[in-house]
Amino acid sequence: MADVTRREFLKVTGATLAGSSLVLLGFSPTVALAEVREFKLARASETRNTCPYCSVACGVLMYSLGDRAKNARASVFHIEGDPDHPVNRGTLCPKGAALIDFIHSPSRLTHPQYRAPGSDHWQPISWDEALDRIAKLMKQDRDANFVAKTPEGLTVNRWLTTGMLAASASSNEVGYLTQKVMRSFGVLAFDNQARV
Amino acid sequence: MPLQSLDIVRRSATTTPEPGVRRAYTGTVAKLIDTTKCIGCKACQVACMEWNDLRDEVGTNFGSYQNPADLSDRSWTLMRFTEYENPKGDLEWLIRKDGCMHCADPGCLKACPSPGAIVQYANGIVDFQEENCIGCGYCVTGCPFDIPRISKRDRKAYKCTLCSDRVAVGMEPACIKACPTGALVFGTKEDMREHAAERIEDLKSRGFDKAGLYDPPGVGGTHVMYVLHHADQPALYAGLAPDPHISPLVRLWKGRAKPLSLAIMALTALAGFFHFVRVGRNEVDEQDEEAARRSLAAGGKPEMRP
Repeated sequence: MADVTRREFLKVTGATLAGSSLVLLGFSPTVALAEVREFKLARASETRNTCPYCSVACGVLMYSLGDRAKNARASVFHIEGDPDHPVNRGTLCPKGAALIDFIHSPSRLTHPQYRAPGSDHWQPISWDEALDRIAKLMKQDRDANFVAKTPEGLTVNRWLTTGMLAASASSNEVGYLTQKVMRSFGVLAFDNQARV
Repeated sequence: MPLQSLDIVRRSATTTPEPGVRRAYTGTVAKLIDTTKCIGCKACQVACMEWNDLRDEVGTNFGSYQNPADLSDRSWTLMRFTEYENPKGDLEWLIRKDGCMHCADPGCLKACPSPGAIVQYANGIVDFQEENCIGCGYCVTGCPFDIPRISKRDRKAYKCTLCSDRVAVGMEPACIKACPTGALVFGTKEDMREHAAERIEDLKSRGFDKAGLYDPPGVGGTHVMYVLHHADQPALYAGLAPDPHISPLVRLWKGRAKPLSLAIMALTALAGFFHFVRVGRNEVDEQDEEAARRSLAAGGKPEMRP
């Protein structure tokens, strides 16, 4: 095996060179399969929702891992416009189209936070604590500042020291209820996040 | 729908026939980009990133709304912004969504030396198969629109797929779906041409006499077409090629040079064979050896015998 003559060496080298040249020139067709990327939504769970940004309130479809089986932990991995939604009919603006990164953002706020007067930091609190605190403070403020009648004797039933900032991505029905609740408190300062 | 992923009409660097009996009998697909309706919001860019799971690096502002500055392996589509002062002295803000044009006669596919790294489906989509890509960059040279980009991470070429994975299951590409103004539309190429004709008629009635469709015949037509207000000057739109062709070098190399070199190789082999049959190998007998020994011993060069 070790005894390779000059002639044999040249033969082998030449044959290899010729062979590889032929392959390069396309004489040896290799298997060339082609397939598109797997369609990633095939059996993902589809959930309808409303875009959280502006007051246009576009409908979105959220696709999450798993088919809602008990042992599959759902996690949204794709969002696109809802073609059946009358507002946007499937379209989205660049912010809406990027909602997936909003959901998975490390700085996304996922629970209520409280910053005490004079404090320099926020502390996480539970929803119960937050709602109780809001209710208590609202009552306190309303009891102290509610105006039933003006000095002239005109009935106004207004509460001017507290305002309401409503969410933009509300449906008609939610907007109607918010309006009713706030007005029944006597709140006049009423604005909407959509204007911000 | 003629959109099965394996309905291939052409593959790069492959000499065996494609599995191409199934054809797009109900029409190929096309994307129509109406530059006259585009507001440059970039929803298409975001939707593209989102669907294709791409996140490009955050760049720096270079004095334009255009962001990122250029296409990349992770930015497959890009709004190109041009400020054009027309002869009347008015400023026109021309915005063109750039990306793969999905040519009917794709220069990238023609130039590609790697078997099956670039394929053309029956529905008209030109798709890169990255696992077959060898990163040589010939597709970049072959593309008349300067679209493919070689990734610095894996040395493979990437570009818009026209969302072949969505189209294969009968959906529209992600960019088309997102577009809030309807500047992007998708359908069969025939329907898109009809839609464009309506748009052009409307534009002409509004004073854009030169409005027209961009579907360049130099590359056999494209499956991504533009409606332009200035169809007579496509170059205004961030240098859109007025008459794109596959580079003559690529055509020469893949068209003439390749069969020619094959013929030369075959002829050389044939000539060698006949030389061997007629003349035989160059044999050295005892007399030659003796002559050589004598000559060497005399200190001279070995004399050659015919």
